Amino acid sequence: MANTASPADPTRRDFLYLTTGAMGVVGTAAALWPFIDQMNPDASTRALASIEVDIGAIEPGQSITVQWRGKPVFIRNRTPEEIEAAKSVPLAELRDPLARNDNAAADADASDANRATDGMENILVMVGVCTHLGCIPLGQQGEYGGWFCPCHGSHYDTAGRIRKGPAPENMHVPVYTFVNDTRLRIG
Amino acid sequence: MTKTMIRWAAAAVLGVGLGFGGFAAVAQEEHGAEEAHAPTHFPIYKPEYVDWSFAGPFGTFDKGQLQRGYKVYKEVCASCHSMSLVKFRNLAEEGGPGFTEEQAKVLAAEYTIVDGVDDSGEPLERPRELKDPFPSPFPNDNAARASNGGALPPDFSLIAKARAVERGFPQFVFDIFVPYQEQGPDYIHALLTGYQDPPEGVTVPEGQYYNPYFISGMSLAMAPPLSDEVVEYTDGTPMTVDQYSKDVAAFLMWAAEPHLEARKRLGFHAMIFMAVFAGLLYLTKRKVWRDVAH
Amino acid sequence: MSGHSTYEPRTGVEKWLERRLPIVRLMHDTAVSYPTPRNLNYFWTFGAILVFMLVVQILTGVVLAMHYAANSAVAFQSVEAIMRDVNWGWLLRYMHANGASMFFIAVFIHMFKAMYYGSYKEPRELLWILGVIILLLMMATAFMGYVLPWGQMSFWGATVITNFFTAIPLVGEPIQTLLIGGFAVDNATLNRFFSLHYLLPFMIFGVVILHIWALHVSGQNNPLGIDTKSEKDTVPFTPYATLKDVFALVVFCLFFGWFLFFQPNYLGHPDNYIQANPLVTPAHIVPEWYFLPFYAILRAITFDIGPINSKLGGVIAMFGSIAILVFLPWLDTSKVRSARFRPLFKIFFWVFAITCVMLGWLGSRPAEGGYVLAAQLFTAYYFAHFLIVLPLLGFLETPKPLPTSITDAVLAKNGGHAHPVGAAASPEKH
Repeated sequence: MANTASPADPTRRDFLYLTTGAMGVVGTAAALWPFIDQMNPDASTRALASIEVDIGAIEPGQSITVQWRGKPVFIRNRTPEEIEAAKSVPLAELRDPLARNDNAAADADASDANRATDGMENILVMVGVCTHLGCIPLGQQGEYGGWFCPCHGSHYDTAGRIRKGPAPENMHVPVYTFVNDTRLRIG
Repeated sequence: MTKTMIRWAAAAVLGVGLGFGGFAAVAQEEHGAEEAHAPTHFPIYKPEYVDWSFAGPFGTFDKGQLQRGYKVYKEVCASCHSMSLVKFRNLAEEGGPGFTEEQAKVLAAEYTIVDGVDDSGEPLERPRELKDPFPSPFPNDNAARASNGGALPPDFSLIAKARAVERGFPQFVFDIFVPYQEQGPDYIHALLTGYQDPPEGVTVPEGQYYNPYFISGMSLAMAPPLSDEVVEYTDGTPMTVDQYSKDVAAFLMWAAEPHLEARKRLGFHAMIFMAVFAGLLYLTKRKVWRDVAH
Repeated sequence: MSGHSTYEPRTGVEKWLERRLPIVRLMHDTAVSYPTPRNLNYFWTFGAILVFMLVVQILTGVVLAMHYAANSAVAFQSVEAIMRDVNWGWLLRYMHANGASMFFIAVFIHMFKAMYYGSYKEPRELLWILGVIILLLMMATAFMGYVLPWGQMSFWGATVITNFFTAIPLVGEPIQTLLIGGFAVDNATLNRFFSLHYLLPFMIFGVVILHIWALHVSGQNNPLGIDTKSEKDTVPFTPYATLKDVFALVVFCLFFGWFLFFQPNYLGHPDNYIQANPLVTPAHIVPEWYFLPFYAILRAITFDIGPINSKLGGVIAMFGSIAILVFLPWLDTSKVRSARFRPLFKIFFWVFAITCVMLGWLGSRPAEGGYVLAAQLFTAYYFAHFLIVLPLLGFLETPKPLPTSITDAVLAKNGGHAHPVGAAASPEKH
């Protein structure tokens, strides 16, 4: 038979078959990659970087929700009592010890100071998405006076930190800067 | 024997007759087109070839040329022609004019855009950012027509791919092998440098300008847009209409096909890979078939 | 062909499957042990190339549909977003657009091969007719796909083609209105064309399965056009035909790649980079190149034929030019299949091939003067070839003597030096 009857140089024959087969596999895999990668966010989605929000009209004890990258962002002007309540929690009591703040170091602890910005600590900015399975928590509810997620019962405190329930992490703080006292730039 | 020969002759007569009839009819048509007194087929002259850096399988854009072309577009063309599909971020993307992200941000911030409404419902205006498209000179088509004597200046995002002078036989066959894909920029360059006085006996309608390179008539509503030294070049490139036309045509080609460099680069790698693979497959196939007469 | 399967399940999984769903046996009989004539030339690789192109078109199409928006307000912009912003979008879209052209190039070669070697003759009439149905479905799919980018040629192509139906007396206009869902081509038309453009390829896939099934019942024709007489005349599909097909496929991909990477817009029309405008018709409306011969036939009928006016006549001629293919197996009266043994047919075959090419070129010319006359002449021959030449040739022509078997012919060609192996025995036996 054609592929059994060449005792002359079996090594060269095998090498040829192996190389050809390997090239076929590599070529097919390379050709398939664009079909998968096209599902990743496209250039226009990646470029939707930042929004600016007017925060001058938010009274203490009020919140607004704005949309950023398709997700809700909570901006809350916290009352002194809420800030005090958040500060008084010992770090050891927190379920998630990390700040989850993109403006701070990745390993920063979850103290209230690391959740807000120095000098503007009454303004709490965070992505309003429960870290459990992505529902939007309700404001000023739950056992810790912060946020409560109705989907699966996660309780967040007044600094947006997870205290009770199935969610594993504190609500995430996006990158933001204060353009001036009344304008906030997210992203 | 004679019978066979008669059959062959009959077949040959039919084939040749058909061919001659068809070709003669076509030849007559082509001849007639040349004889016609007033031109009925446009453009009157075909564009000349320009030696583009981005032509051919290994072509790449000349970044300096694209930056100059952007300047020409911005200072001359943009007063009438929009470019709504091109975003400022594109200026800093790979394979383009090679502006840095900071430069592109500055260029974007020269313009404003109405984006959403404020809390009282009034439209909110802000400076343009990288994500925003080039600004349009007119709010809508009717406004554009009203300002241009009834003619609508076309959007420039795709103009370099949307204009091509017909190549005709046999050039369209050779084009495959060259490969020639630069009809668009060649046309833009020819049009911009092709304005001239109409020949004797030709009257150009009011508000129109004679240009034998224009693709759909002998004159167009756009006045010659360029003149020497109208755009300031700081890198020593000659400030001539010819150079401006080349630069802006190259810029428009990039705008129409921003991934041209990536396409040709990937193409080169893919073709080499497939050529080697085909060679190996041929050897494998020959080996397998060696003992089978076929 | 012989009907009995040489497959024997060996592993446990195969044995388990064999009693419940003998799909491995089906695959084995179809793509491994299937006996193929040993003398097939490279024209017989286009079947595999066409299967590959169908898969490429479906894969790229499914992926493009993830980004495309079938709404006349944004369709054009969504295609440009694919070209500019989607990761690899330019590659996928150019693959799909040029892939359509490659599909037609391959299918035309496939068809001319069948005509040259008489592959449509008894017992392969149904195989051929299924192929004509595939061609029709491909044409419908390609036409509707070309509308989706919503450029000027998309819009005006759709307008012209759907106006074909108004040529039908009495019911024509209501049918056209029904098809386009309005009084002119608009958003409703775009939406239904997108839906059908997504559906038809799967129907093509279904007919392709029937086509391959029919092929495996009758067996492949071969360049000699004579039946296979013994196992000696054939080799098993794998590895012989498989490797040859893959080699030809990669060479075809090189050809595809040349257009895809270095001139992706060569086969398209520049006007389709201008957004559709219902108020402005382009100077020349030209269909995609693969429709040009049929378009030339449509325009060649410039005169009334009795009660049939030129408009209806053109539409009938155009559809007739495809419909006539269905009857080809019976219009060709010769019992000899391959043109190798038909000296007169060989000449007329090439006259016919040139006629098709000339019709294609004339379809791209403006419909005026000598071009129209030329198109009329070639159209006349197109139909005469099927209706006069082929029926007569069977009686007038004296075919050359046929070889007694494929193996004899092959050995004679090779001067008797090749090993007369019983190649049909599967290589995995022993």
